[in-house]
Amino acid sequence: MPEHSIALHAGSLADTHAIAGAVAELSRPGDIIVLAGEMGAGKTAFAQGFGVAVGVTDRVTSPTFTLVHSYPIESGPRAGKATLHHADLYRLDRTSEVADLALRELAEYGGIVLIEWGDVVDVFGDHLVVRLEPHRSDPADADAADDDSDVLTLDGQRDLEIGAVGTGWAGRWQSLLEAVEGYRC
Amino acid sequence: MTTPDALTVDESTLVLGIETSCDETAAALVMGGNDVVSNVVSTQIELHADFGGVVPEVASRAHLDALNPVISRAIVEGGVDESRIDAIACTVGPGLVGALLVGVSAAKSLALAWGKPFVGVNHMEAHLYAASLEDPSLEFPLVVLLVSGGHTMLVEMQDHGRYRLLGQTIDDAAGEAFDKVARFLDLGYPGGPAIDEAALLGDPDAIPFPRAMRDAGLDFSFSGLKTSVMNYVRKHPDVGDADVAASFQMAVVDVLVHKARLAAAQVGATGIVLGGGVAANSVLREELLSACAADGIQGFLPSRAMCTDNAAMIAAAGWHRLRSDGPSTLDVGAIPNLKLPLID
Repeated sequence: MPEHSIALHAGSLADTHAIAGAVAELSRPGDIIVLAGEMGAGKTAFAQGFGVAVGVTDRVTSPTFTLVHSYPIESGPRAGKATLHHADLYRLDRTSEVADLALRELAEYGGIVLIEWGDVVDVFGDHLVVRLEPHRSDPADADAADDDSDVLTLDGQRDLEIGAVGTGWAGRWQSLLEAVEGYRC
Repeated sequence: MTTPDALTVDESTLVLGIETSCDETAAALVMGGNDVVSNVVSTQIELHADFGGVVPEVASRAHLDALNPVISRAIVEGGVDESRIDAIACTVGPGLVGALLVGVSAAKSLALAWGKPFVGVNHMEAHLYAASLEDPSLEFPLVVLLVSGGHTMLVEMQDHGRYRLLGQTIDDAAGEAFDKVARFLDLGYPGGPAIDEAALLGDPDAIPFPRAMRDAGLDFSFSGLKTSVMNYVRKHPDVGDADVAASFQMAVVDVLVHKARLAAAQVGATGIVLGGGVAANSVLREELLSACAADGIQGFLPSRAMCTDNAAMIAAAGWHRLRSDGPSTLDVGAIPNLKLPLID
């Protein structure tokens, strides 16, 4: 269970990117950040916002099939000092396969590691967990809408919960709270 | 240890290709850069009942177990003595570092043991060569539409070794969208063929799913489409799977074909070549061929065996690389985030 947690609301994709950016600003080599939530919840969208903010100049794309993408950090204060690793456990179904990806080791060797579906195993020690879910509007309103503009749109609202497991974020938690203050529920 | 003799690369040069970058362990023999002598993928042969060909061989251990039998099989099926092999080509990236290292270490060991040159191959570049394995008459410039679970890109191939990236996905790959939508609709695995089949009975115009970025350059985006499908089905629980599958599939194919066409017109391509696992999709094949016919260019659709990960394309790319640049040095290691070598 997380030591600390905070609930947030993102009203748009830009908000999700901004929250991810706030986490990225405070992250450092050695960090593991688990991204949890159902398919389509916005885990990759969060990773994209994180990547830009942490100084990755390549485009961050979904690692579902390729399993791990590694990006050099080329701008900002961490330029040349850290690597962003973006993993996805969606296709794996055995803990031994997760071990084979050596994600803990990637973090220990100067990496910041984002792990989509990382909540399906409990092997990462201290980490931050970001749980995302699509914001459900009032069902009565949704039924009232007689067109499908609400479901065929591409810019979703999301609810996020950020939690710190272990003590790795204890010294940064207050700063994180301040950085995401504007998105608190 | 013997030093490889200087190699003349010609139509009789026999290259052993090795591929271990992601799910497949594969080996193949290709002569002269386009004559496939043998082509073995581990999922074709039953190495261990446990694997069943379904669990991805992400484990380096799985590649390690499979590689020697796969290489032996490629040599036996080729009907040649190993002394006849002139060079060893192997994928050095992009891919998972642990998986890549299995192939690279084996390839270098064989090169040293046999005293033959080693050549490192870029997996993405090799995909571009897959088409020429089945139709050596293709004329440059070509546009290659590479669509798989891990990649969606449009590449201009001006000549051997001369590529320009025209567009790529900014989020999910097209094959990933097929897989995830199939899983959401409970259509079974693998998702691509499951959607293809379910869509046969559906109306592709039933639901106007969004065509993200259709009129915005040559990049792609499929993440929002996947979410849109899920939201639509939740709001309309009685909608039929066939209509959802057909409408989703058309939304993907429409954007892929539209952009491939634009790309071909932009660079004056003689044709469009399809590659990657999604190239097996029946509607994509039909729509691409009819678009090419309408535009008066060639449409080339390689077989499924050549579209998905295989080692024949590695051997073919290795042959071209040997001919243009000679062998790689043995200090070349695995390069997990290797990029396609681009001009400009």
